[in-house]
Amino acid sequence: MTTELLNHVLRQGDRALVLSHRLAQWITHAPSLEEDMALANISLDLLGQTRHLYTYAGELEGEGNDEDYFAYWRDAAAFRNPLLVEQPNGDFAVTIARQVFHDHAALLYWESMTESADVTLGALAARARNETAFHLQHSTGWLVRLGDGTDESHRRAQAGVDALWPYTSELLDADDEGELRSSGLIGKPIETAWHEAVADTLLNAGLHAPIDAEQCAGGIHGVHSEHLEPLLHEMQHLARAHPGASW
Amino acid sequence: MSQEQFDALIQADERIEPDDWMPDDYRSTLVRQIAQHAHSEIIGMQPEGEWITRAPSLRRKAILTAKVQDEAGHGLYLYGAAESLGTPRSELLDRLHTKTQKYSSIFNYATPEWADVGAIGWLVDGAAIMNQVPLCRCSFGPYGRAMVRICKEESFHQRQGYQIMLSLSQGTPAQKAMAQRALERWWWPSIMMFGPPDSASSNTGRSMAWGIKRYTNDELRQNFVDATVPQAELLGLTPPDDALVWNTERGHYDFGEPDWDEFARMVRGEGEIPDLRIGVRRAAHDDGDWVRKAAAAYVSKQAERSAA
Repeated sequence: MTTELLNHVLRQGDRALVLSHRLAQWITHAPSLEEDMALANISLDLLGQTRHLYTYAGELEGEGNDEDYFAYWRDAAAFRNPLLVEQPNGDFAVTIARQVFHDHAALLYWESMTESADVTLGALAARARNETAFHLQHSTGWLVRLGDGTDESHRRAQAGVDALWPYTSELLDADDEGELRSSGLIGKPIETAWHEAVADTLLNAGLHAPIDAEQCAGGIHGVHSEHLEPLLHEMQHLARAHPGASW
Repeated sequence: MSQEQFDALIQADERIEPDDWMPDDYRSTLVRQIAQHAHSEIIGMQPEGEWITRAPSLRRKAILTAKVQDEAGHGLYLYGAAESLGTPRSELLDRLHTKTQKYSSIFNYATPEWADVGAIGWLVDGAAIMNQVPLCRCSFGPYGRAMVRICKEESFHQRQGYQIMLSLSQGTPAQKAMAQRALERWWWPSIMMFGPPDSASSNTGRSMAWGIKRYTNDELRQNFVDATVPQAELLGLTPPDDALVWNTERGHYDFGEPDWDEFARMVRGEGEIPDLRIGVRRAAHDDGDWVRKAAAAYVSKQAERSAA
């Protein structure tokens, strides 16, 4: 069971880290100073969640590995994040669509985790849920403004939704975590609630989900798109150039 | 209000507020100074922001993200203070993008190594604090009040920079060498952040009379050197100045003459970095145009709907 739980915790930590990194790439490039601040803030919250999750992963693993080990010393194939979060930022609409899909899933996930039989995850969930509620407010607020703004913003928002929809199924309930669920370590399935919530946001934004988009998956099993490796290379190269150093 | 009342307020060391009468020169001096300060904050996000995705530990990454986020916030308060004098942010940003207003030339130096992030925090933010603490008492209310908050955050920035330098200087030989290189790159530029020598500073006299500026460039520069040299000693690093020596008689460090020709070149914006920095700013602004238009269109649609 510990192995399954470790795998689950790494999936969540990797998801938060990779998305945090993507959002950090926006800093100084955002459409306004307010957005530079907002995206940095969300990135920072996700990074905080990552650090808690990785520290806990180290405890579960019991081999003395700290948060930085999991971030800096594993290769892409060891990362367990869903493909969605490693997708490139694209334009602001792509980033916002990615956030909407992610934030709805993350909020439902953390809400369900507040009841986890695992005390550490339950405590983290209480904080992460509140943070994620703000992130969702930010992302859905923007998707509605973009969907119901100008013709150009509507077109870009729909393109963002279309481009990222294929990566959404993997955000939902993993098929190999049944035992964790039945033992109460992770919460109830989120799939139905996610579809309802996302449909509601898309409706408010005057946007729609693509009709027969094929779903891509694999990230949570370590099978990634070509986008993760360069991201990790950038993130890890300095730490790896100085093995054993403290910073 | 009149010139007389304005002079009386300045004399009594009280605040001038946005709606008060003020001389045109006072207003334009402040708009220029506050806008340049705001521009410096947002351009200053770039050299460090580029290191967020490469920071060598999660803790450093978090601290650096928070710092760069603070700088965006400082930019916002300062543009707000400048707006209270009647110049909108969009106009000030245009002046930055068209290079008709300047930002601190310190951000036209390169940050090729991680240790530069440490040196910027320690030295550049350290020098900025010395320049800025007196501005908390600036005669113009909104600027002075913005500076109170900014200075508190700058002091955290300075400490995190020094901490980076401390970790590096106590680390592996390669890390310590990186720290020494960064000190060598940033020492003289930081010393020149206080501006030209008093003998050559055209604006100092008037700004001091108006209570915008409280100490001269050379006074601040000496304070900075006196505070920083012992910090370098603690790190075991050596500032690149052979003339640096404690003068018992003066109770201050003597130090060498900065290369004012280089300073002038940097202020004129020579070299490739200014175009790079402004290019990033303009691209962000231009790429974000459709987003800002969408937000504005949405607001007017909502207003129409609620009116209907």
